[in-house]
Amino acid sequence: MDEIGAGFVRAVELIVSLDPAVVDITVRSLIIALTSTAIATTIAVPIGGLIHFHNFWGKRAVINVIQTLYSLPTVTVGLLVFLLLSRSGPFGGLGLLFTPAGMVVGQTVLIVPIMTGLTIAALSGVADQVRDSAVSLGASKYQAIFTIMGEARAAMMAAVLLGFGRALSEVGVAMMIGGNIRGYTRVLTTAIALETSRGDIEFSMALGIILVSISLIVNLLVNRVQGRWWA
Amino acid sequence: MIEAMGVRAVRGGGEVLKGVSLKAEKGEALAIIGPTGSGKTTLLRILNLLDPPGGGRVLFDGVDVSAGDRARLLARRRMAMVFQKPSLFNATVEKNVSYGLRVRGVSASAIDGLVGAALREVGLSGWEKRGAFGLSGGEAQRVALARALVTDPELLLLDEATANLDPRTTEAIEALIRRVRDDGMTVVMATHDLGQARELADRVAVLMEGEVVVLGTAEEIFDSPGSEEVGRFVGGRRRQGRSLMIPDRTSHP
Ligand SMILES: Nc1ncnc2c1ncn2[C@@H]1O[C@H](COP(=O)(O)OP(=O)(O)O)[C@@H](O)[C@H]1O
Ligand SMILES: [Mg+2]
Repeated sequence: MDEIGAGFVRAVELIVSLDPAVVDITVRSLIIALTSTAIATTIAVPIGGLIHFHNFWGKRAVINVIQTLYSLPTVTVGLLVFLLLSRSGPFGGLGLLFTPAGMVVGQTVLIVPIMTGLTIAALSGVADQVRDSAVSLGASKYQAIFTIMGEARAAMMAAVLLGFGRALSEVGVAMMIGGNIRGYTRVLTTAIALETSRGDIEFSMALGIILVSISLIVNLLVNRVQGRWWA
Repeated sequence: MIEAMGVRAVRGGGEVLKGVSLKAEKGEALAIIGPTGSGKTTLLRILNLLDPPGGGRVLFDGVDVSAGDRARLLARRRMAMVFQKPSLFNATVEKNVSYGLRVRGVSASAIDGLVGAALREVGLSGWEKRGAFGLSGGEAQRVALARALVTDPELLLLDEATANLDPRTTEAIEALIRRVRDDGMTVVMATHDLGQARELADRVAVLMEGEVVVLGTAEEIFDSPGSEEVGRFVGGRRRQGRSLMIPDRTSHP
């Protein structure tokens, strides 16, 4: 118990003193997760919109598949992307394995489904009357789509934040595609896994506190954009 | 101006419009009265080209606009509709009122003045920056009316625009309808408020179970309803004042 208490104090010290290793890993985590989220947004929002605004055969099935992918274990995504990026894989020539760029690819693959699904849910949450009002007031089809997306902005923002949260906190892709190379691909989650197994509990705890804090902030923001602070 | 020719509609497995034909001439105010469920909303939505007719045609200025995206859009931009339940966008009053102008590509410099004038018309001067979601039902309906009128439509469609509103707002909206009608705007209004139909409309169409059973001037219909069926709805009630509504079909023997 003492050890945990002392470890906690030391961990807080590491954070407050802006320990270079802690800062380095945190910044890298944020940059990689933010990049993945930005790319995933440009993929998920248009695809979600296409699916929502078009009626086609098998639409329900497609949405079901997307929703199933939400809970895909991160290690299976890691494995899939590993196979794709490995030397003998179809994209081996790009040399992305064990690079931050490779991690971005993996995290993007990981969060596109949930962001697409949540985009569809966000758009479905807009009342039919909004479309009616827009069209009645003279909106063209595309203007109406734009308006509906605008009405869904809070829920879409929440989708983006949730995607970012998943990218930041996942460990499978970061470990398997990034390889946890110090100063290069080591991020919060992989560093915690490594340092804990090596016995540097204080360092792990410092990173853990940061990770939990960021997740908390993201969740608060999700609630904030949905119009409620504490929910 | 606007004409329904044999318009049919099927909703939820039942035929709710059974070949409706009616026409509003330019500058005319036409009321469509009928009990709840008689098909008024369905008809107005088809006239506003929001839903396609399940049969028959809709003519706008003599041109068939029931088919073709482009024709529909252009015709729709010459009309405006106010729904029974105002559905405002989650934005400021200003953004709501300017919407029709913005989608038509009206210049930003012209928009402010037009929005201000439209808000003045509905008695909401200076409400530009308020959030639309914080408004009461009556205020929201005023904004919906300003939003419809700001584009200066040739045809105004009103679907029970004053149902469920307080008397003051109802009066204000009725006064405005009277004014735009007198200015030459064509108005088609669904209502189950007989007094309102009598007061505001040049002609009245009585819709029952998806059919126009009588179409005539307000005097003709209220003074000599013609059929027993219509008489039951409009006759004997008019002495009791303007606020009396047609009873629901369900409460009818
Ligand atoms: N989307 C729908 N699904 C099923 N039934 C509908 C739908 N829309 C309208 N109806 C039915 O059509 C009839 C006419 O409705 P409506 O046009 O709203 O009447 P009104 O506006 O005169 O009250 C009603 O019986 C109503 O229940
Ligand atoms: Mg109705």
